[in-house]
Amino acid sequence: MENVDYMNLVYDFHKEMLANKFTLVYEGEITHQITKAFTSLAENKMDSYSEDASMKKKVFHVMVECLQNLSKHAEESDSIEGKGYAGNGIFIVGRLDEENQGYHVLTGNAVETTKVPELKALLEKINQLDKDGLKELFKKQMREGSLSEKGGAGLGLIDIARKTGEKLEYNFIDLDDNNSFFLLRTKISRK
Amino acid sequence: MEVIKIKGTEDTPNVILDAENNIIEFSGRSLPEDVVTFYAPVLQWIEEYAKSPNPKTEVIFRLEYFNTASSKILLDILLKFEDIMNDGNEIVVQWYFQEDDEDMEEAGEEYSEIVDIPFEMHSY
Repeated sequence: MENVDYMNLVYDFHKEMLANKFTLVYEGEITHQITKAFTSLAENKMDSYSEDASMKKKVFHVMVECLQNLSKHAEESDSIEGKGYAGNGIFIVGRLDEENQGYHVLTGNAVETTKVPELKALLEKINQLDKDGLKELFKKQMREGSLSEKGGAGLGLIDIARKTGEKLEYNFIDLDDNNSFFLLRTKISRK
Repeated sequence: MEVIKIKGTEDTPNVILDAENNIIEFSGRSLPEDVVTFYAPVLQWIEEYAKSPNPKTEVIFRLEYFNTASSKILLDILLKFEDIMNDGNEIVVQWYFQEDDEDMEEAGEEYSEIVDIPFEMHSY
């Protein structure tokens, strides 16, 4: 009986992915190898239906920055250790349902709840700025920021907003007393 | 002075640092697994070069793509050359971008706004 349930589960997954136009779903550790594999997979796939160069570049860019955010931030918390979500994240690429047939990249990873206000403030700030404001913020962060031990420059989210020209959609869900789950959706629309 | 030649890969740039032939060039893609480690010998070389630079140095960037972590290091590289310029040497950045690549063109413009080094922009 259990066997049958799993079969149904896989079939349901399959249907869900098709219904939501998810072309890539991954849950687990994000390494550099994974980043390379996913980006080249996406490039090949987009080549196969002759996606235009500027769209390809944007999708590639958003994927790289999102994957690097996951690999750099998903395992920073000690309190996450041993809870089953250490160092892991979910990464999804899908087609937009809208007429313009763009893409979206969705990510989710655990973060320490104490870091949520700072992250929220950055996201809100980014979403309030226009093109020129984002450019200035990027330049300021590049000048004043320093690279973290893991090579994070604090520029990824700003850059994603700049390159796509879209607002960042996000949500935080409480996991337990110390941890939250950070969800981010980036749209890459055809303009 | 030591010559550094790093052959580019799908995620690391081609780098040439050759003081004797006066060639300093970065090309290709830059999204290394560990930017700090990858660029450490480059920054070290520039510090060494700063001790006895050529009277005129052209720094060539012909990058197709770089991630945000690399963009921070590229600024560090440019700031080091700015120091060399401020010591009384001539520095010019040759910034190449593909004709329709507005992002790369804009990235060059932004760097030129942050550092005092003159930039010459070229599309190809």
